Amino acid sequence: MSGFLIYRAITIFYNGQGLEMMKYIFTVMVGISLVFGLAAGNISEVSNAALSECSQAVELMLKLIGPMAFWGGMMRVADKAGITDFIAKLFRAPLKFLFKGIDANGKAFKAVTMNITANLLGLGNAATPLGIQAVKELSEEESAGGVATDNIIMLVVLNTASIQLIPTTVAAMRLAHGSSSPLDVMPAILISSAASVAAGIASVKCFAAGRNVLSRSKRTITDESH
Amino acid sequence: MKVIELAVLLIITAILAVGLIKGVDVFGQFTEGAYETLKTGVSILPALIALMTCVGMISASGAADALAELLAPVTEFLGFPSECVPLAVMRPISGSGATAVYEEILSENSPDSFIGRVASVLIGSTETTFYTIAVYFGAAKIKKTRNTLVSSLTADFTGFVFSVLAVRLVFGQ
Repeated sequence: MSGFLIYRAITIFYNGQGLEMMKYIFTVMVGISLVFGLAAGNISEVSNAALSECSQAVELMLKLIGPMAFWGGMMRVADKAGITDFIAKLFRAPLKFLFKGIDANGKAFKAVTMNITANLLGLGNAATPLGIQAVKELSEEESAGGVATDNIIMLVVLNTASIQLIPTTVAAMRLAHGSSSPLDVMPAILISSAASVAAGIASVKCFAAGRNVLSRSKRTITDESH
Repeated sequence: MKVIELAVLLIITAILAVGLIKGVDVFGQFTEGAYETLKTGVSILPALIALMTCVGMISASGAADALAELLAPVTEFLGFPSECVPLAVMRPISGSGATAVYEEILSENSPDSFIGRVASVLIGSTETTFYTIAVYFGAAKIKKTRNTLVSSLTADFTGFVFSVLAVRLVFGQ
């Protein structure tokens, strides 16, 4: 299974913490720029970039941190006012369609709705622990024992597709670069997000349906042989 | 898009009004939430410094152009701007890395140009796939992942293709 091998390579690199892989990316990127700089005769440009780009990172963070902190503050108010719970309730029905065969009043489904709501509102910090909790609860409720069930796969795919309603970081960066209307890309982002999420959901459902058909035909064959 | 700007204002007002009615200390909670986000911002700054330096060096060396040229037959077929190829490569791997590449694209192209808009839609409509899978399954001790990676990458690839289509559709560019 090439997909499994690629996944193993990724988990070995990331080591569950998400930082292991970066040491290779860091070194390889610097190495590539040295080799290409030598080959193309851009060495002075490359070394200038090494010395000057770091201050641009600080400038970028200065431009971003205001809008990010503003939305972080607003979302905490929304959370405390019960708006997150309200939105989570609105998404119960569509999420019931996506997550089949789990208790709609159970801990797992609650963690799933809270994780998806945090993603929709762009609460990245809150979404990750809720998502991990949701995967653990799903695994327990379906007694998966280390196997990703269709519901677990669905949750992870929804988390790897972006479903944020207001793209605050993108808007802040566009504004910093002098966009006349930083939020005018929002409808296009929603279209593209919707297409991406729909493709992810369709793929998960197709794999699940395919496995169902396979296991059913296997059962029929063994039934007939008896 | 006046409607969107109005919507953002309405959302802010509604959050504060509902909070006040529900008896939330809206100012205190706001500063608390803003402080939490500031801490996050400071904690990702070192990674951003490392990766923006790398991305700056890569693009100064001409390696990014070479990669774009290598993938030109595929990207031309999809109508995908070659300037956004490094962003699509970086996006599933690292969030800070993708931010660094996006910043590079915006400094070389106007955010209101076709390239600037496609980059904005691409980064806004996809996620750090490999990282998310590794963190979720690592923490929950899931070993057998079945079609997770294939389905996630299907979603990402659709997002890449649709970022171009959506910009063409919305802006007629």
